[in-house]
Amino acid sequence: MSAPKQTEMSEPNHARRFTILWLVACLIGVPIVIWVIGPELGPGTGTDQAAGQSTDATVLSAVATPVFLLVVVYLVYAVIFFRQPSDGALEGPAVRGDAKIQTTWIAVTSAIVLAVAIFGTVRLEGASGAGSGSGPNPLTVPSGPRLPVQVIAQQWAFTYRYPTYGGVETPHLVLPVNTTIELNVTSLDVIHSFWAYQLGVKADANPGVNNVAFVKPTRIMGFEVRCAELCGIWHGAMFDPHGKVVSVPAFKAWITAARVAYAPATAVLPPYSKTYLPEPTRRGG
Amino acid sequence: MSTTTESAPTPQPTSRPLWRRLIGFNLLTAVLLGVAGYYIGWLIGHHFGGGHSYKYESEADENDVALLLGYLGGVVGFLIGLGFANYPISRLLGRPASLREKEEEGIGRYFGLCTDHKVVGIQYLVGIGVFFFVGGLNAMLIRTELLHDTPTVVGPNQYLTLVGVHGSMMMGMMTSGILGPFANYFVPIMIGARRMAFPRIEALTFWLLMAAGFILMSTIFFGGFPTGWTGYEPLNDQAVMGMDSYIIFFALVGISMCLLGLNMLVTIITMRAPGMTWGRLPIFVWSVFATAVLMVLAAPTLIGTLAMSALDRTINTSFYVPGGGGSSYLFQNLFWFFGHPEVYILALPGFGIVLELLPVFTRKPLWGYRLAVSGMLGVSLMSFFVWQHHLFVSGINADLRPFYMLSTEIISIPTGFIFMCFMGTLWKARITFAVPMLFCLAWAFNFLIGGISGVALSDVPTDTQLHGSFFVMAHFHYTIMGGLIFSFFAAIYYWVPKMFGLRFNERLAKTHFWLMFLAFNSTFLPLFALGIKGMPRRVSSYAENLVGLNTWVSISAFVLGFSMLIFLFNVVYSLIFVRKPAEADPWHSKSIEWHLPTPVPVQNFDQIPVFDSDPYDYGTPLPIGAAASSPAGA
Repeated sequence: MSAPKQTEMSEPNHARRFTILWLVACLIGVPIVIWVIGPELGPGTGTDQAAGQSTDATVLSAVATPVFLLVVVYLVYAVIFFRQPSDGALEGPAVRGDAKIQTTWIAVTSAIVLAVAIFGTVRLEGASGAGSGSGPNPLTVPSGPRLPVQVIAQQWAFTYRYPTYGGVETPHLVLPVNTTIELNVTSLDVIHSFWAYQLGVKADANPGVNNVAFVKPTRIMGFEVRCAELCGIWHGAMFDPHGKVVSVPAFKAWITAARVAYAPATAVLPPYSKTYLPEPTRRGG
Repeated sequence: MSTTTESAPTPQPTSRPLWRRLIGFNLLTAVLLGVAGYYIGWLIGHHFGGGHSYKYESEADENDVALLLGYLGGVVGFLIGLGFANYPISRLLGRPASLREKEEEGIGRYFGLCTDHKVVGIQYLVGIGVFFFVGGLNAMLIRTELLHDTPTVVGPNQYLTLVGVHGSMMMGMMTSGILGPFANYFVPIMIGARRMAFPRIEALTFWLLMAAGFILMSTIFFGGFPTGWTGYEPLNDQAVMGMDSYIIFFALVGISMCLLGLNMLVTIITMRAPGMTWGRLPIFVWSVFATAVLMVLAAPTLIGTLAMSALDRTINTSFYVPGGGGSSYLFQNLFWFFGHPEVYILALPGFGIVLELLPVFTRKPLWGYRLAVSGMLGVSLMSFFVWQHHLFVSGINADLRPFYMLSTEIISIPTGFIFMCFMGTLWKARITFAVPMLFCLAWAFNFLIGGISGVALSDVPTDTQLHGSFFVMAHFHYTIMGGLIFSFFAAIYYWVPKMFGLRFNERLAKTHFWLMFLAFNSTFLPLFALGIKGMPRRVSSYAENLVGLNTWVSISAFVLGFSMLIFLFNVVYSLIFVRKPAEADPWHSKSIEWHLPTPVPVQNFDQIPVFDSDPYDYGTPLPIGAAASSPAGA
């Protein structure tokens, strides 16, 4: 095949043109991601955890955008400018690689990855990460007094026990504002996952395991609770939109009323415990 | 399935009447023996079970032992019927055994045990294709149900079964989506071998997979299963007999996968022709190699994990049942130790296909061959160190989360190598927009979105919101459907002219591509938004305010399903009715498979070829001094 020689002179400087296009795309794209899309990415700002996660989502998106645009702009550029002429059978340049570019690529991607990982680790040990289920003995525990609340999952509902208020068990979660809450999540049957969307909390509920997450609501609001781990046929119906964050006096009033209202039930409940193993149903073991 | 009149005539078998040809070791016998084996196993199980379940808490008509033994008996009968016992029995009895099976017969060899790797490749392509469409139909039903925010079309139980069968079908059957058809067919040719290392095992992997597929589908007769493709315990233990179908299905897939991987490794390591050095191996073969390593190392974990599940369900062990002292974490941990490599088993062959095809359609050598190889091997290695990112909020090993966060993010570095090579090859290329190339370009776009969205999932704080939501679902559909399935179609459009000697209708193929690409993105991009807004996976009832987006997604999904019908129509129209013979080398490829006659002779080569370069010898050499013109913006 006698392809005409590449006339390097007449070729535009693709590298420069592409770099400029990419920078322009970044200048447009990154602000849009930070200020337009970013606020929609997280669970809101109702708790320290949710606010932290929203910030993290925005930061990660802002870091990812130039990488995304690099490839997309490049693909579009290549598709437009590096086409085979419709009647042609031209060969491209026989370039098999470039050590400098490859090294740069590896170095830059490694740097980005390390930066993202360090950022994630720092945030994980701070408020953002406290909302995730961290096992029975979390590495970092928020300082100051905490209100323990137990989340008990079973097919197909969540209930909540307040051990410091006589172990009363309620069907909806009500929390006082500006208080650090220690959520102890456990299950009575299969694996569930306690997901309080606006609180920025998700913690798997495993039978026989106490999975701890922390949350500090900063605003009076309502929130939704869902199950995020497939737990059987009514998994989708494990949805409670009646969670509430209320003022501290309102919480005190509510819990006092709840203790009275649920007193007959509390009397027959098993004593409060971090986990409740289900009744053994097996012969062997 | 000999193809053109011009091609070399396939040796005709001695003419026997049709009824006579139906008797013997073939698919028909296999099905009959499979049914017989099922009933034998079922009877034995029933005998030992005394007609009722071992588990006294279950209903009386449930007998997991009988069903499991029935399935095993069925599979054994099926394999005997196909003739897999002939060779070992002949050897045991000291009779001469045929080393090659059914390699010379006509259409019949596609319906039985055949040791010709090209026949197995086509068997895989058709067999997997059928199950791919079944899995796709399930997805259509799932999306129909999700048009409403409450269970309407199917009940919640059927819905979960649909989700589970769709997921298992795609994750199980499609693990061999590229290795099955294309690696079996082309790896021996590309490395200059006449066959695979273990031809009989090669055939076995295919027929095991087919048995597995039917067993998975049979779950609907036993009440389905509620766990999705992950089969989490203790829900698994609680489930009705349909769960056993899942267990046997996935175990068979695991065996098939493990054997397929082993066969590929041995073939690639030991059977390369002279001159086919590691540095000249086509990149597709490298990707098969990397995938095979994963298959061999990951699949046994799955088989063992499921065996323990089966024991829990039948003879009341308590590996995973907290009530008896087991741990629900154990299953998650073991499952994802297999499950995460599994994800790369799906993705890696796609990398190989795309990088293999790219030089052909850009008329350039593959840019950064060594980088691509190290990227694939790096992904392969790293994928064993990331599995606990599936368990970030589970409470297991919470202190190790920074490690898994780091390792998960590190795996994007070798994946980035693949993108670097992709982009480098496009630099100053002469791109022809043939259909396979369109799919390759779409792969890059889709996999990019899949990869970038993965960053948010690898980060624990943001994953707290996204874990178990539709965001995850969108993410892995972008990597698997956008990655594997798009490259799968690229491979089909690229290689079917070689495999069948027939060409596709180009206009239909282009329509298929554009409709599929647009509908795919229109289906799965909104799922990211749904996940961010708080929609959990695998639900048939969801929050009212998400109905609008879900309706949009469902309609797009139906269009996506329709695009598959266009493909199907093209297959029927072009390969069965029009039968236009393909050119010998329609893409002007320099790879060796295009320089063999079509159909490829049984022995592939008259003489074993000697290689003196890699297959990417495209492009005009640069004039001296211009070599510094760099391939990407430096």
